[in-house]
Amino acid sequence: MISLEHVLVVGALLFSIGLFIALSRRNAVGVLMGIELMLNSVNLNLIGFARFVEAPRPIDGQVFAVFVITVAAAEAAVALALAVAVYRLRQTIDVDRLNLLKW
Amino acid sequence: MTVAEVVFYLLALLSVIAAVGVVTVPNVVHAALFLILSLLGVAGFYILLSSEFLALVQVLIYGGAVATIILFGLMLTGGRDLPAVGPGAQWPLALLVSGALVVLLLTAVLNTTWPRDAGEMTLISINTLGSVLFREWLLPFELASLVLLVALIGAVVISSQEERES
Repeated sequence: MISLEHVLVVGALLFSIGLFIALSRRNAVGVLMGIELMLNSVNLNLIGFARFVEAPRPIDGQVFAVFVITVAAAEAAVALALAVAVYRLRQTIDVDRLNLLKW
Repeated sequence: MTVAEVVFYLLALLSVIAAVGVVTVPNVVHAALFLILSLLGVAGFYILLSSEFLALVQVLIYGGAVATIILFGLMLTGGRDLPAVGPGAQWPLALLVSGALVVLLLTAVLNTTWPRDAGEMTLISINTLGSVLFREWLLPFELASLVLLVALIGAVVISSQEERES
């Protein structure tokens, strides 16, 4: 029988991989991929808790996950628009070379 | 081993291996395809955890919308020089941070006594989810639609800035 631990372990693995992608990729869109993966593992944890923990209102975990997905979609749209705008301005979206604010 | 366990381990294998593929593949378009595979694996988890509606939403939004957005973003920002853009110089540091995080999280998960399985959960129908969403969570729901609207308009304004100035 699968239990809460199983789900949490998978969530932890996915979150760490997503963090590594977000920190190590030089392509700005690649960084976005890592963030999407992290948000997904958070959702997985929320659903796991909603499924396995006895609660007076068991449906709230799913509602929370719906909101996370909504915000993630909005974030993806804005991030891609920013990437396109930066590419027009600097002809690159290599985040290591976007160091205007660095001194 | 029950069927649910077998399915769970297969899904876990699929989504974690696909996520590792996102890291290791040098070509960023292939990485995007691996990301879609991983997100579909998570949709399988949702079905296994009796959240059919979320699985549906996951496939629609991540498998459809976000995947399209990411692939379009990769195309619009110059697909040719992208394979050359591999991991940055700070990847050992990133590996250290995420390795420390995974060790911390796994220790915390495995050393905590979690509440036992609440038993066979009654399937939550989409009707119930909808009525809860529109009764108890109405205000956050409407705010979420406002967030989407603002993000949409913001994305259009940001990405069309150049045409306006010229």
